Amino acid sequence: MAQLKTDPESTTPVAVDALYAEADDWHVNAGGQTIHAKRITGRWRTIKWAMASVWLIYLLGPYVRWNGQQAVLFDIPNRQYHLFSVTVLPQDFWMLSLLLLFFAILLAVMTALVGRVWCGFFCFQTVWTDIFTWIEERLEGPPAARRKLDAAPMSREKLKVRAIKHGLWLLIGFLTGFSFVAWFTDAPTLWWTFFTGQANGAAYITVVLFTAGTYVLAGFLREQTCFWLCPYARIQGVMLDRSTIIPTYDEHRGEPRGRVKHEEGGERTSGDCVDCNQCVAVCPTGVDIRRGQQEGCITCALCLDACDQVMDKVGRPRGLIRYASLDELEGRRTSRLWLRPRVWVYVLILGLSLSGILYGLTSLAPLELRVLHERAPLFVLQSDGSIQNKYTLKILNKTHESLAVRVRATGHDDLTLVGAEQPIATAPGGVTPATVFVRIPHQALKAEQQPILFQIEASRTTGEQAATERESVFVGPKPRPD
Amino acid sequence: MPLLETTMADHDLFPGENNTGHVWDDNIRELNNPPPRWWMQGFWLSIIWVVGYSILYPTWPIGDEPTPGLLGWSQIKEYEQGVERIEAKRAQFEDQIRNLTADQILADPGLKQYTLASAKVLFGDNCAACHGSGGQGNPGYPVLADDDWLYGGTTAKLAETITGGRQSLMPAHKAILTEAEVDTLAHWVVQMNETGGEGGSEAGWTLFKAKGCVACHGQTANGHVVDLPNGDFIGVGAANLRDGIWRFQPGGYESARHTILYGVNQKDVPETRSAVMPAFAEPAGKLSEQDIKKLVVYVHSLGGGM
Ligand code: SF4
Ligand code: SF4
Repeated sequence: MAQLKTDPESTTPVAVDALYAEADDWHVNAGGQTIHAKRITGRWRTIKWAMASVWLIYLLGPYVRWNGQQAVLFDIPNRQYHLFSVTVLPQDFWMLSLLLLFFAILLAVMTALVGRVWCGFFCFQTVWTDIFTWIEERLEGPPAARRKLDAAPMSREKLKVRAIKHGLWLLIGFLTGFSFVAWFTDAPTLWWTFFTGQANGAAYITVVLFTAGTYVLAGFLREQTCFWLCPYARIQGVMLDRSTIIPTYDEHRGEPRGRVKHEEGGERTSGDCVDCNQCVAVCPTGVDIRRGQQEGCITCALCLDACDQVMDKVGRPRGLIRYASLDELEGRRTSRLWLRPRVWVYVLILGLSLSGILYGLTSLAPLELRVLHERAPLFVLQSDGSIQNKYTLKILNKTHESLAVRVRATGHDDLTLVGAEQPIATAPGGVTPATVFVRIPHQALKAEQQPILFQIEASRTTGEQAATERESVFVGPKPRPD
Repeated sequence: MPLLETTMADHDLFPGENNTGHVWDDNIRELNNPPPRWWMQGFWLSIIWVVGYSILYPTWPIGDEPTPGLLGWSQIKEYEQGVERIEAKRAQFEDQIRNLTADQILADPGLKQYTLASAKVLFGDNCAACHGSGGQGNPGYPVLADDDWLYGGTTAKLAETITGGRQSLMPAHKAILTEAEVDTLAHWVVQMNETGGEGGSEAGWTLFKAKGCVACHGQTANGHVVDLPNGDFIGVGAANLRDGIWRFQPGGYESARHTILYGVNQKDVPETRSAVMPAFAEPAGKLSEQDIKKLVVYVHSLGGGM
């Protein structure tokens, strides 16, 4: 029992009490208290709205038309993905991996350079929570009033305000889910089918899940999502380095903090921080930025606005809290953006994935050919003495029109192609299988295996020729030793 | 000192810190912090979920059957509905096929595609054991992927074969021919085989005609008893001796000699070749007319249909 009392003289277990003392100081935001952040105007607030408005694309995008069709439509039942005039089929989905790579690296590069900008400005969790609390403020008033209302017993007035608030939240949740579904089906039609009970079951389930998810996440969980649920929060945290600029409190300038004392009259003896707590009051995650960089800070920069306002009032220069890197704050030399190897590596990967996608989009071939060589049997001897191989051609027609595809096979002088005398009719946007046979006289075969090239070709209504080819193999018996 | 010595709250040594009153080793105490709110919300939500689920879906094992659940869902029902949906899809094709001949199906790419896909299973269940999964044949069982047909490779003939089965006969010649004659004929068969029917010896031809082989193998030894004007032929299952394909594996002199000596399907000859295809049509077999039609299309498309 006495391991902790290492010092025989001492009767107090020093080590463990120090831990308790530290734990006292260590406040974990587990959501016990709703954070009612103050809303103020300012430069960063404006930037925040501007950035958040990117999400209008998500809400309005489905209604954009292109050539009489929905411009962007992820048509899952038909396995076709329309992006303006380009149609992408599942066969082209390698581009999706590049796209995901692009955004993953973009997230990484942004985080390495300017911290969790995604969290602070773009993340749907942040943006939706922002909108939800904006509604809350319109209806229930500033933070003090909201806290009072929270504590007040239920009354007609409270009920009314709350009902409107939750109604609006649910409405936004619904619009969020509905807009999501609208990317996957004809949007204007959806407005009709959805409310007449004719929409796909998956559409209703999705909308219900999104509505509930939005309502709970933005209405109740809020910063708790960032603290405890979001994996990005953790990943992004480790992508910062000494040269990353993030909202930072300039300790050297601010400390020792002290309240403004009017009776003093003369010069301020303490640092620039007047300990007004405004930076904490505006923080949507309840963080005190003056305690240094911490997991709860989503770098929304709202405390910058708050502090700048205060600095203006007390006649001090702005930027006590500002975007700064650890290096800058510690007076180290900060290296230029383009001198950091990390930036180059990121840019290289970004460039490669982007050019891959561009290459893919510009070279989407109208026809694609797969050739399956029959294995049972690999070959048969025909009664005329020729060796016959069987092939299944899988012709993918990626155009919007039916194409009559002509097939040719080359690779041996005495080869006969059977089964492709007539052009093969292929339906738009799908795979048409066709069975063909290649015959080569037995005596003419020199090797057990030899390559055969299948070429397909079709004329489009535009007059263009669509063509592609694929190599397969011709198998025969082992040549006689003579 | 006992391992678990507790000091109750009324003489809490650390008042005001919200501990449970359990203290070990003088100063290690258990704090009474509530779980995070999101955790509690998740906890209650999952309880609500379970209650909702067990009302809607089969859950509690009471008696032999679980409680049915308001939605009336069950796995077997879902499976049956799935089968029904598939059957409904198939029905459109099956109805069309029913009113068409095998040749008409072969001429329609869409229907042909459906028939091939659907007959693949039939072929695997009924034919592949002997003829191989791709019709590549097996020793004693003819290849279906080539164009050498014992009874004809038109759709009509194929249907006939599958429906009624086939069993040909070739007499054993051990007692009929001399050893030398058998030798000459066996060599002749090999010569014919290797030269596409052009290089058979004079002596062989003479024996072939004199000993009655022509009756079944045909005047030109191509296995056609009568050639019909439409390109088809009437045959009794005798092999075409003019092409390079051996009816009985492994082929060659010994193989040919054996067949000549002991014949095919001879009751009292133990060494005889056996070549029997059973009838597949109901009631003797288990295939319906529709199944057979589909199989005809399938076999016809393996590579040698005529
Ligand atoms: S922590 Fe996660 S949920 Fe929160 S703002 Fe950042 S990315 Fe969004
Ligand atoms: S500390 Fe400042 S930047 Fe960080 S989340 Fe709070 S207000 Fe935003």
